This record gives sequence, structure tokens and C-alpha cells, in this order.
Amino acid sequence: MQLLHEPSPQQIKDLRVYAEMGVTDEEFALVEKIMGRLPNYTELGLFSVMWSEHCSYKNSKVLLKKFPTDGPKVLQGPGEGAGIIDIGDEQAVVFKIESHNHPSAIEPYQGAATGVGGIIRDIFSMGARPVAILNSLRFGELTKPRVKFLFEEVVAGIAGYGNCIGIPTVGGEIQFDPCYEGNPLVNAMCVGLIDHKDIQKGQAKGVGNSVIYVGASTGRDGIHGATFASEELSEASEAKRPAVQVGDPFMEKLLLEACLEVVKNDALVGIQDMGAAGLTSSSAEMASKAGSGIEMDLDKVPQREKGMTPYEMMLSESQERMLLVVEKGREQEIIDLFEHWDLHATVVGKVTDDKRLRLLHKGEVVADVPVDSLAEDAPVYHKPSAEPAYYREFQQQGSYRPAVTDMKDTLHNLLKQPTIASKEWVYDQYDYMVRTNTVVAPGSDAAVLRIRGTEKAVAMTTDCNSRYLYLDPYVGGQLAIAEASRNLVCSGAKPLGVTDCLNYGNPERPEIFWQLEKSTDGLSDACRVLETPVIGGNVSLYNERSGVAVYPTPVIGMVGLVDHVDHITRQQFQQAGDLIYVVGEAGEDFGGSELQKLMEAGKVFGQPPAFDIQVEKRRQEQVLHAIQEGTVSSAHDLAEGGFLVALAECTFGTAFGASVKLTGSDQLTEFFSETPSRYIITVSKENREQFEKFVPDAILVGEVTEEPTLQVQDNQGNVVLEENIEILEDTWRGAIACLLKSKV
Amino acid sequence: MRFAVIVFPGSNCDLDMYHAVKDELGAEVEYVWHDETSLEGFDGVLLPGGFSYGDYLRTGAIARFSPIMKAVVEAAEAGKPVLGVCNGFQILLEAGLLPGAMRRNQNLKFICRPVTLVVENNETLFSNGYQNGEEITVPVAHGEGNYYCDEATLAQLKENNQIVFTYKDNINGSVDSIAGITNEAGNVLGMMPHPERAVDSLLGSADGLTLFKSILTHWRERHAITS
Repeated sequence: MQLLHEPSPQQIKDLRVYAEMGVTDEEFALVEKIMGRLPNYTELGLFSVMWSEHCSYKNSKVLLKKFPTDGPKVLQGPGEGAGIIDIGDEQAVVFKIESHNHPSAIEPYQGAATGVGGIIRDIFSMGARPVAILNSLRFGELTKPRVKFLFEEVVAGIAGYGNCIGIPTVGGEIQFDPCYEGNPLVNAMCVGLIDHKDIQKGQAKGVGNSVIYVGASTGRDGIHGATFASEELSEASEAKRPAVQVGDPFMEKLLLEACLEVVKNDALVGIQDMGAAGLTSSSAEMASKAGSGIEMDLDKVPQREKGMTPYEMMLSESQERMLLVVEKGREQEIIDLFEHWDLHATVVGKVTDDKRLRLLHKGEVVADVPVDSLAEDAPVYHKPSAEPAYYREFQQQGSYRPAVTDMKDTLHNLLKQPTIASKEWVYDQYDYMVRTNTVVAPGSDAAVLRIRGTEKAVAMTTDCNSRYLYLDPYVGGQLAIAEASRNLVCSGAKPLGVTDCLNYGNPERPEIFWQLEKSTDGLSDACRVLETPVIGGNVSLYNERSGVAVYPTPVIGMVGLVDHVDHITRQQFQQAGDLIYVVGEAGEDFGGSELQKLMEAGKVFGQPPAFDIQVEKRRQEQVLHAIQEGTVSSAHDLAEGGFLVALAECTFGTAFGASVKLTGSDQLTEFFSETPSRYIITVSKENREQFEKFVPDAILVGEVTEEPTLQVQDNQGNVVLEENIEILEDTWRGAIACLLKSKV
Repeated sequence: MRFAVIVFPGSNCDLDMYHAVKDELGAEVEYVWHDETSLEGFDGVLLPGGFSYGDYLRTGAIARFSPIMKAVVEAAEAGKPVLGVCNGFQILLEAGLLPGAMRRNQNLKFICRPVTLVVENNETLFSNGYQNGEEITVPVAHGEGNYYCDEATLAQLKENNQIVFTYKDNINGSVDSIAGITNEAGNVLGMMPHPERAVDSLLGSADGLTLFKSILTHWRERHAITS
């Protein structure tokens, strides 16, 4: 059947209509070969969306293969809605991160909100109870009105969705850099808990079993046959409908609770979220994974609008929908379960044995495609790669040393940088406590949630310093994994695994592909050494505006296990009189540092900090051991801004101060260098001996004081910096609100 | 003593309320679904926080028409303790069990943080375990907690000692910093802060547990007299 306003198969070929859907000449020829005939408009739509980078990873697959994805505790690696890692006692942790960059650039509130909604569905479609949400955000400089708008709306969107659905938003990170001005990054991560017996797979097994649709009805929102020409739609007004979907967290709350009841019912065979590519990807992937086929009658699909075409229904990305496969004859049990939650579940099709996705509409077959060709046979590209000129230049530069004259002023200025400043303005809007498990709330190195009914807890974090990756994607990639892992260790957790969200520019540009290539090498190598397998993730390419690509930004979401709640450790100082240690010595590492950006009008250049992954691993093991043995009062990762910033952060939110004496003679380096693999740790005096035995790299530098003052002496004993903590804290706490209010 | 936790579609603090009563207070508790019509056999009613029906129209505006609300009103009229927290408070206002209304927070943003409350009246069945003037730490998490009532109502609230908790720092613009009020009879309490989130010091504060203990103490005293 051919709808009047849709081009015929011959027209599609002759007029190269496929190009408007992002399908190349070669890909179209491949489709024709697979089909043994010309595809009709609907069929081509299925291919175009399933072969898009978003669904097929055709440009990144060759690189993703490098990631270590296995480990003794991995129960589910990449390939399902989310990865799963065993945490003992027949329980497991389920997590994934995903991007919603482009929608958020156009409609920040809904773009961010639906990003949160989508990642939550990925978790509960595995059968897991979502327990926490995190995010990772990138914006341009907060001095620009448009950036302020994007920032405020993205935060409001995340809050609006997460608060309503009742899953705590417990952590995240935000960086501000000019490269993100036209293309902000909005990555959302969700963490869930599951009993092993409840783990679900998105598989359409069992010939004759029923395919059930549940949730919101299908509308025309989110259809993007990319640049699908508007005149081919029936009415001009329809074409203007915004491409960004609108989220309904209330609907999703009902869907979540209902699905978690349904997964306990053995009539359920498979379940999958209708995310990107909606009905198409959920049906094709479920069938392909099970080695079966699916036949769907599109007239039975609940529709929000009249006159929807098969193409529109299959490509709609309406939110809050799930596709289930249920044992034949037991459909009513499942339908009744949903009914209890006021949700209407409808049988829309059945599982077949012919490995084809067949779609019926008004009594006619409108599409008939081999499922594996959609889900598995997308072409795989190895794009050309070329080392960028900037990188060669940076590599040839000598060591960078900023010309700082006033240390105290510089400290204040660093604390005021929005990347370093308190994110309280943000997380004050997130309900981070609902479900009452949040032991360590936003504002420490990692968030920690207890696991009710056990002595255990899970720690989680998102991290990525993309400036380092820009300077050197290999080293930067390693540093991103190392920092995430270090943050978990600081909270008392053993890192378990990684979910990554690879945000890059246009991979068709060889220098961008080079960034992808080198950084995934760095990520993979670090994951191998630190034994944190990558169990899932997402790739977001084409993050560019007006030819400006974002920095390579592989956001790392990492989850760790705290064996006992007594091991939970915070970055804040705990009591006066505790000894302050720095683990690891500072080198002259200012390339890509916050200080370089501050001093060089927003530019970063040179080389990122020198990094030794073996040192990183050793120190992580030592520090975690010291924490588990009960010798550590507080622990903080030394990151952006260097030692002084980290030291000040340890005092914020406490009544204490710090008095320290430098051990080296190079003040600038000791104060502000961003040498990695370092920590600030406090230890009570009675634990001193034991701690020093556990962590030989720890250097005693001072003491936590009753007096709320930050005092630093040089190695000769002269006071070189003294400042009231309250003044520093005001600077740090108020900086973002202040930037948002300022008119300049 | 047996508590009911009312679950509306979109409630999301029902679990926290349940655990606070069951695990920390050690009393009996059951969930009651919004389309039930009876609360027989329950000695106390808890309306949890959340976003009932998505709160798309106005907070609590739809929930108050739920079938269970008739039974909640009856329980209130029968003198049973009825506690509404956050969205529960908003529903009690919409249902007319408590005077006044909620506006959006003064800063027009959702606010989630631990806050300091001042106990204004410890002579209620919800607050008998506190001292008057005592400062307690209880978290808030709401977008519409800016309590409003007219001057006459405020005067009445004061005259009848209906104001139980106030914010030490008025975080959301509420009239007279009001955080929680009772009805005239004193057996219905609505409050924006979440006592059920402050029942375990591992999570930062156990100051809210005293509120639940107060209810139990009151019930036991009454029960002892009547039996």
C-alpha cells in the first residue's frame, strides 16, 4: 500500500528521497539487496532509523569493541537496556547513562526531562527498581544570556521529572567551557537495584506469544526522519510541530510501578522500553535477540491523533511507552495488572518464526523486513582518522606555568569559577532524599545510598574533565576513568563498573574520529588496569554548532560497593585535631587546569597532567584499605583547582579550619597544580601510625583546627596565606547564583 | 496502634512513611489504595508526599476527590490522628480539613534541603514529645509550600494554638513562617517538612521520629484510659 503523500518505491530511488532520511547511496543499495526489491517508504523509514548512528553505532562500533566488558561480577554487559553487576546476596546493581544533548539545545526543559525519563525506563525495563539518578552537564560560559537560560531550564527539567516520579537525583557534575555554548551536553544516568531472579531480557521468544503495548498513546512527536521534507506531510501545520517530545513523569511513575509488578509474573516473556526509534527498535531488537519475528497490526496501536501513517507510528518517539511479550493465553493477567494502575495494555501483535518484522495497516501488509537486517546488519564504518594540527602544536609546547602574583586572590577567583563553585543552586532543586536511602547527598566526591535491609551501600559518580581530553585524548581518557574511580574510593567504595556516554563532534571529520579513537584507547586501558568493565553506555556524535565541536567528552558513570555503612566516608573534615595528609606529590601540572583557563582568558593548551595508571591503582587500593580498616576520618579527591581549592572544600559545610605547612619549595605548584592520583585525607591522632603504614605515599601536612581559618605556612614556617573560611565559603557558595543574577 | 498510609497515583513518599512507622516506630502499618472506601480498623491515617495525579492542575486538587477521601474525612471527624505531609498537607487543604492554601515557593523553584523548624506548640498529639521552642532538623522537598491564609484565619490559628511548626528561616515565603498547622480539634496535622525522612541518624537526622512517637504515646494514653 502506498499513501498518497508518500513517494513510491521508484520515486524514492529516482529522486533519492532516502538521502533526506540520512541514508547514503551505498546504504540504499544495500537495503535494496537485502529486500530483493525496492523498499517502500515505511520500510525505508525503518532502515533509516535503525541504521542511524544512534541505534546502530555504525561509526563507533569498531571503537566500542575495544572496551573490556567482562568481569567475574558482570551479569549483563552491553546489548540490553542496561548493564548489571552482582553485589552479592543475590542482589545486583543495574545502571546506564544516556545523552539528550540535541533536544536540550532546542527545548532545554523538555529535552532534559525526557532524557531523565528515558534512562529511568531503561533501568526498570530490566526489572530493576530505579534508586537514583545522576547527571553530567556541560554549558558555555554563564555570562551569556542564552547559556543562563539553557542552564536554568535544563536543571528545572531534570528536577521536574525526577522529583515528580520520586527517584532521588543524588549526584552529578557540571563544567562550563565556551565550546559547549551552542551545543550543551545533557547526560542522565540511572542506577537501579534488582534481585537476580527478577532480571528481565528484552526478547521476543515463543512463536504465537502476544506482543503487548502499554503506556502513553503514540503521537507525532519526536518523528525525525531527520530532514524529512515537510511538504510530504499532509498539512503544513503538522510539519511545524516541535520535534522534541514532552515528558509526563506521572504517567511514567504509574508505568514504573506497574512494570515492576508485571516482572514478577511469569507470564511475561520479554519487555523493552520504546526509546529512540520507538516501536521500530523495540520490536526489531526484541525479535532479533530471540531469533524470532514479530507481526504487528498498527491499527491496534493506541494513537493520540487521527490519520497517523505507518511511517509516523513506527518512527514516533512519544515518551512513556513499553513493549512486552507475554505468553499466549495469559494476556488478560497482564492487562489486569496494568489496569490496577489505570494503564491500558493492548495486544498489538504476535511473535512469529520467520525472523521478519511484518506490519499490517488497514488490512494490508505495509512493511515486511528481515529483523536481523534492521537490528544487526547496519553497515560498520571505520572512518578516516587524522591527528589534528592543534594536538601536534600542543605536544611541542614546553611546560606551562601561570604567572600568579597574589595567591589569596587566585584562590578566591578559582572558588568563584562555576566549574569549581558550589552546585548548591542546582541540587537544592533536586529531591535527593526521596525513598530515604541517601546517606551522602550531593556535594561530596560521590553519592552514597544505603541498601535497605543490608549493611551495604552503593556509591556512584559521574566524571569527565574534557579539557584534558582535548589536550590529549588518550591521557585524558585514562584520567576520566581514574577520577571517577578515585571519587568512589574516597567515599569508601570499591569501584565495580562503568557506563559511558561518549559525546563528540562530527565523526566524519578525521580529527574528530581521531579524538574518538585515542580517547577510547585511553578509557579501555584504564578500565582494564582498574578492573572496572564497561557494561553499557551511549554514543552521541555530531555535537557541533557552526563548525565548533565540543571537547571530546566521554562522561564516565561509575558505581561502587561499600561493604559496610560504617566505611562511608565524606570529603568534609570531621573533627578538630585530626591530622591532614596529602597523598601523592604535586608536579608542575597546569596544562588544561582551571588556573590555566582562568589566566588565559578561557583557553587551555599544552599537555594534560602526567599520569601513571599503576600509581593510581596502587594508591586507590591503599586508600580504600585504610578506609575499610577504620583509620580515615575524611577523604577528598584532589581535582580541578588543585590543593588549596580541595583543602578549602574540605572545610566547607563544617565549623572547622585548617592549618598546613608546605613540604616543597614551589608554592605555585603546591597550591594549584592538578597532578592526578592525589587525595586530602584526615586521620585522628590515634590512627596515625596505622594509617601511615597503610598509605606510605601519604605526607603529613597539617591539622584540622577549631578556628575557622585557612592558614598555610611555607616550608620555612612563614605564614604565606591566611583567610577566614567563612569568606572563602561565601565566595564559593554564592558564585553561580551571582553569575545568574548579573546582567553583564 | 495501626496506621494507614494512603497511596494516590503519583504518591512517592508512601514507602518512606511506611518504613518510618514500621521499622523505626515499630507500629503496625498498611498501604491503603486511593480507590478504597473504608479506613475501618485503622487508628491513624497518614497522607504521604508526592505528586498525586501528577499535580498538573493544582497540588492536591484531584486527589481530594479520590474515593478514599470520604473515609479520611470521617476519620478526622471521629477524632483519629490524621497526618498529611507535603503533598498530603496540600490535599488536606484542598479537602477543607485544614484552613488556608499553598502558593509556589517565593523563589519559584523547588527546594530540597534539611531545614531547622521551631516547635511552637507541644500540646498536640503530634508534638507532645518535643519542647516548646525546641529547634529540630527536618528536610523539606517541595515546589509549592508557600503557605497562605488571610489575616482573620491567621488570628484564629494563633488563638487556637494551631500552629505547630514554623521555619527558623522562612525558606518559601509562608505567612508567619508557618511550616505545619492542625485543625481546631488538634487531630489533623498538615506540614510541608518531611518527618518521615528524619527518623534515622545515618541519613542526617532522627528528629522527626519524635513526631511519630508522640502519636503513639497519645494513643497509648488514650487507649489505657478507655480500656
